[in-house]
Amino acid sequence: MTTTTAAAPAEVVRVRVPERSVRSELRAIWIVWKRELIRFRADRMRMITSLVQPLLFLFVLGAGLDQLSSASTHGIDLKTFIYPGVLCIAVMFTAMFSAASIVWDREFGFLREMLVAPVRRSSIVIGKVLGGATVASFQGVILIVLAGAVDVPYDPALILGIFALQLLLAFSITAFGVMVAARIKQMQSFMGLMQLVVMPMFFISGALFPVTNLPGWLAVLTRLDPLTYAVDPMRRLVFSHLDGVSAAARETLAPGVTWWGWHVPALLEVAMVFLLGMALLGIAIWEFSTSE
Amino acid sequence: MDEPDGISSAAILVSGLTKTFDEIEAVRGVDFEVHTGEVFGFLGPNGAGKSTTINMLCTLLKPSAGSATVAGHDVVRERDAVRRNIGLVFQDPTLDGYLTAEQNLKMHAELYGVESALVAPRMRQVLEMVGLWERRSATVMTFSGGMRRRLEIARGLMHSPRVLFLDEPTIGLDPQTRRSIWRYIGELKEREEITIFMTTHYMDEAEFCDRIAIMDQGQIVAMDTPEALKAGVGADRIRVETADDATAMAVLARRFEIDASVADGVVTFYVTSGEAFVPRLFAELGVPIKSVNVSRPTLDDVFMTFTGSTIRDAEESGPANQSRAMMRAMAAGRR
Ligand SMILES: Nc1ncnc2c1ncn2[C@@H]1O[C@H](COP(=O)(O)OP(=O)(O)OP(=O)(O)O)[C@@H](O)[C@H]1O
Ligand SMILES: [Mg+2]
Repeated sequence: MTTTTAAAPAEVVRVRVPERSVRSELRAIWIVWKRELIRFRADRMRMITSLVQPLLFLFVLGAGLDQLSSASTHGIDLKTFIYPGVLCIAVMFTAMFSAASIVWDREFGFLREMLVAPVRRSSIVIGKVLGGATVASFQGVILIVLAGAVDVPYDPALILGIFALQLLLAFSITAFGVMVAARIKQMQSFMGLMQLVVMPMFFISGALFPVTNLPGWLAVLTRLDPLTYAVDPMRRLVFSHLDGVSAAARETLAPGVTWWGWHVPALLEVAMVFLLGMALLGIAIWEFSTSE
Repeated sequence: MDEPDGISSAAILVSGLTKTFDEIEAVRGVDFEVHTGEVFGFLGPNGAGKSTTINMLCTLLKPSAGSATVAGHDVVRERDAVRRNIGLVFQDPTLDGYLTAEQNLKMHAELYGVESALVAPRMRQVLEMVGLWERRSATVMTFSGGMRRRLEIARGLMHSPRVLFLDEPTIGLDPQTRRSIWRYIGELKEREEITIFMTTHYMDEAEFCDRIAIMDQGQIVAMDTPEALKAGVGADRIRVETADDATAMAVLARRFEIDASVADGVVTFYVTSGEAFVPRLFAELGVPIKSVNVSRPTLDDVFMTFTGSTIRDAEESGPANQSRAMMRAMAAGRR
């Protein structure tokens, strides 16, 4: 216990567990976060499979439907139009999968190892959410790299903006996923629930269509879907950096969300996504702190 | 070096501890004390409430009633202090299969805030103890069940806990691995200032404990050293094979007033001092004897005395037993 270098086999290395402190909590967050990354790196399959879906949407659906839609997109490639939406859903699906790891951890028992450590449950939950969000944002980065392929310019300001937005989305969705996972004991149920919640959220959000001139019921649903408020600023941001977009095209394709005729500012949308994410994180922490 | 123990020399002090799940009274007011430096065994059939007791002691479950202190700290009011002082090996595996052995231990040490300069030497020490030092860079997924168990024990020791809880550390392991786990426990006792609280339902393992408590249906029915418990049963068991069992039984009953039973051609009965009785048996039985076997009472006999059934029978009649066994098999298959 005096020397740190040579562990003489006969001498017992005795260590101490210090009292809990802010530092130890930050360290716990960092460790849980790091583990998510280590696991993601070990799981190459997941990296590849989670890319398939967005690429299909972007290049197959985008290219296929482009034939039909060129008249109404004012000469803008459909791939360019759906790019911000596809980026959002790619991040969303990965974030959901990251959150699912907490269900795995429970099923495989590892969660107990963390829950019995002398750290706050909130640190573990925050670490999980941040780790999941980081992993999900890798997905976003891959799509950012692909921007050129769909005629979105590599403008530093744009890239930074997209990156920040998708990071925020990844955080909020992971918080949502972890909150749901807190009460769920089995992977199958989690996946089922995700299908039930995530798919409609994605379809309704306007990731694949502009949010104007929708039938009344859909217009209402779109405005209720939180994902709408992540896709919309993303699309507005992308469109503001495209060259040669006519006013008419912008009006049709990136009109922005309105509430009773009022244009919701992008900043407010971003704030909503952030606050929702924080609220969900709060609920997730509360759930883990009260469960035995 | 350590914070003062203060209160008493008891590593674990439990009084009236109770846990009720909805309908089931899993633990019904148990009292016991585990001394510092002791190896204390909890022995009981499936569903006796062993794991529930451990979960309360390690702060994962809130007791419905009663109180407990571990390493001098209350398990409800001073959760953190308890957690800093205990190491745990759960009944079900809790390793991260995607990480290497080393990463699992390192993560544990970091989570517990072990001083970083000490992590490497401590890790080496615990891994060498369980014979996994050479395999430290392999992912846990590639480990056999016994290796995982040993790794979990190593992990539980990473932060030098004062009390180590082992919930059925040897379940599902082959005899050789079981023996080596007992060897580690013996070594631990020698080397570290540690108290070990473990559960098992292997009678032969309970013999290694300094003291054992027999638990049945949520209650402690007996508690003492294995020797004292066996002595308490009193009688030695004698098994004889004779040429004529029926006559032998009749003679035993008439001359010695012994109520024997016969099964599979072996006559079995209990007497207080077996060795002294054997010469009389040869002299007075009057029936040719083919073989004699005298045995001291085993813990099985102790268990029988206190619960009225052997541990195997108690397990087989357990209602929840089947589904639990199935779940365990499933968990094992997934590894
Ligand atoms: N979370 C729970 N909810 C409801 N009942 C529970 C729960 N955990 C345990 N029980 C019940 O409490 C009783 C005691 O279970 P416990 O796991 O403590 O037994 P055990 O002695 O560890 O048995 P085993 O040898 O099978 O591990 C059982 O009847 C069990 O079904
Ligand atoms: Mg148990």
